[in-house]
Amino acid sequence: MAEYIPDYVGTVTKYVFVESPSMTPGELALRAYEASEGVLIKETCFGLQVTGEPESVDRLIEEIRSFDPNHIFIKDRGFPPGDPRRCRANLGGARPGYLGHEREFRLLRYITRGLEEIGRREGDETEPAPPVPETKPKLNIKRLQELIATEEF
Amino acid sequence: MAKVFIYPATSLILSDLVARFGHKPLGAALGIRERIQTAGLESPPLQITPEEPKRGLKYAAVEVPSGVRGRMAIYGPLIEEAEAAVIVTEADFAFGCMGCARTDELILFTLRQSGIPILELKYPTNEEEGIAFVATIKNFLKGLPNGGEA
Repeated sequence: MAEYIPDYVGTVTKYVFVESPSMTPGELALRAYEASEGVLIKETCFGLQVTGEPESVDRLIEEIRSFDPNHIFIKDRGFPPGDPRRCRANLGGARPGYLGHEREFRLLRYITRGLEEIGRREGDETEPAPPVPETKPKLNIKRLQELIATEEF
Repeated sequence: MAKVFIYPATSLILSDLVARFGHKPLGAALGIRERIQTAGLESPPLQITPEEPKRGLKYAAVEVPSGVRGRMAIYGPLIEEAEAAVIVTEADFAFGCMGCARTDELILFTLRQSGIPILELKYPTNEEEGIAFVATIKNFLKGLPNGGEA
């Protein structure tokens, strides 16, 4: 067994996902570089990876969120960017974990809608209860047969 | 700021919402980062060493497969540290081999046994559910003893 000497000890890495109609990952990267102050930034197809000292990363993340708060989403990452054990350049195919992100990425528009609505309600004195989704009555089988019989669409 | 365990532990949405509303999300990345940044003997790809199944004995019996115990060595300390948990049930991407599946069951069981406040919900499938999803999580986090910015 070989000795293991880790890189980036004491740093944190975070993913930044952007799902916005007004900002691309490229634009986000440019604006993030302006505010980076020594934090390592890597642009990806979905947003960024930022790596650095925990305090610097937290400060940068706060700044990045302010660009478009309801369309930028952030999570922790265990590996540093470009790590040969995870980087798809070394492995081929999607990076392990990417497919989970891709699955959740499709739901982000609903979360954005929720955040916008919650933000809008914040001014209200009494915050209304979360809306209960309406349950539509199911189509009666006899009614369906009638529709088919009469070709009524 | 409360420490909130998230399930699925790799969830982007839960991690973001918990942090956004002023708390610390406890997910898989924290456990993995700790191992990746600790020097020792090389044990790719996740630096899970033969020591992990031994540490996992604290959370699972000796007859439980070592794969489950090894995984619990990552998640167990996070669950112990957690002051609350947000669980998305029936998350369709939270699947894997038998080791992952059994570990997931053990994580949920351990969380429910721990007595910490738990919020269980499902991923939204439309905008209305999205609003309810965010509002429910916000209200839950707001009600935690350690407050937060919610």
